[in-house]
Amino acid sequence: MSLKAVVKTEESARLYMIQKGVSRGIPIMLGYLPVALTYGVLAKQAGMTILEITLMSVLVFAGASQFMGAGMIAIGTGAIEIIIATFVLNFRHFVMSFSFMNRLRFIGLQWKVPLSLGLTDETFSVASMHTEEAKQEKGMYFYAALMITAYSAWVAGSFLGGVLGDIIPAVLSQSMGIALYAMFIGLLLPSVRKEMRVGLIAVIAMLINVFSSQFVSDGWAIVFGTLIGGLCGVFLQKGEKQ
Amino acid sequence: MILFIILGMSLVTMIPRMLPAYIVDKVHFPEWINRWLNAIPYAALGALIFPGILTVKPDQPHLGLIGGAVAVILAFLGLNIILVVIGAIATVFLLTF
Repeated sequence: MSLKAVVKTEESARLYMIQKGVSRGIPIMLGYLPVALTYGVLAKQAGMTILEITLMSVLVFAGASQFMGAGMIAIGTGAIEIIIATFVLNFRHFVMSFSFMNRLRFIGLQWKVPLSLGLTDETFSVASMHTEEAKQEKGMYFYAALMITAYSAWVAGSFLGGVLGDIIPAVLSQSMGIALYAMFIGLLLPSVRKEMRVGLIAVIAMLINVFSSQFVSDGWAIVFGTLIGGLCGVFLQKGEKQ
Repeated sequence: MILFIILGMSLVTMIPRMLPAYIVDKVHFPEWINRWLNAIPYAALGALIFPGILTVKPDQPHLGLIGGAVAVILAFLGLNIILVVIGAIATVFLLTF
């Protein structure tokens, strides 16, 4: 594959990366659409205008916090409280961004900064399972296409949810709630199959998450699970193969 | 007012996403930190999957678990991720229909 890329012209290498990014983004799209539609519907019920609903998706691009934000707006919570709660809930992206940006260490800031803004739980997970693109020619187009695919689904879905209301039958949208979890599982399992230690890291992170959620908010629990689970990886993984 | 909330939410979400781009540019990490950062995606996946998967249908946590188990099996068989996702959706759909 990398040999072929060398033979190809620069233009077709870019096109190849864009196509690959879009295709890896499709499972995210599938998971985002029903969630974004639901967000649009709820935000509308919370009294937000179509413009506000869409703008929040454009500017925040973080599902859980948008649901929370719309819910808090609905019950008339103060602005500062909503903003602080958003910060706590989305702080996990700081940890994820550190991991992803460290992969792109040698790439210029003109790529790193926009790509960092496209990081969500889902785009980060898919991008992190495709580390080889970081070293390939035009590989940044892969990550950009992946994120733009997810982002467009999120923004378009929110807009449609606000405009059209409940268009997906409840039983189907509820069933689709499993989509993103299934995607996470589908991303994790191939690595576990290759290396049992990866599975151990994930299970430790789950347990830390469950344990800390007894004492702190969900946002911090995920941050702790990710950090401590990852720290176990320092001792479990003896160096990188690459 | 809502516009102010949206802008505030945007800032407190964007800044933590962006900061690491500048930090990795300036700071050189020792090897063990690199290993830590490389293990983060697997830990994040674990923390994102569980216990969140129990809330797929909050009043029936077993539905999420069954859907998840189907996803595990399909993924373990080496199926394409799209099929893993569709298989899990179909499972939950059939169980709730």
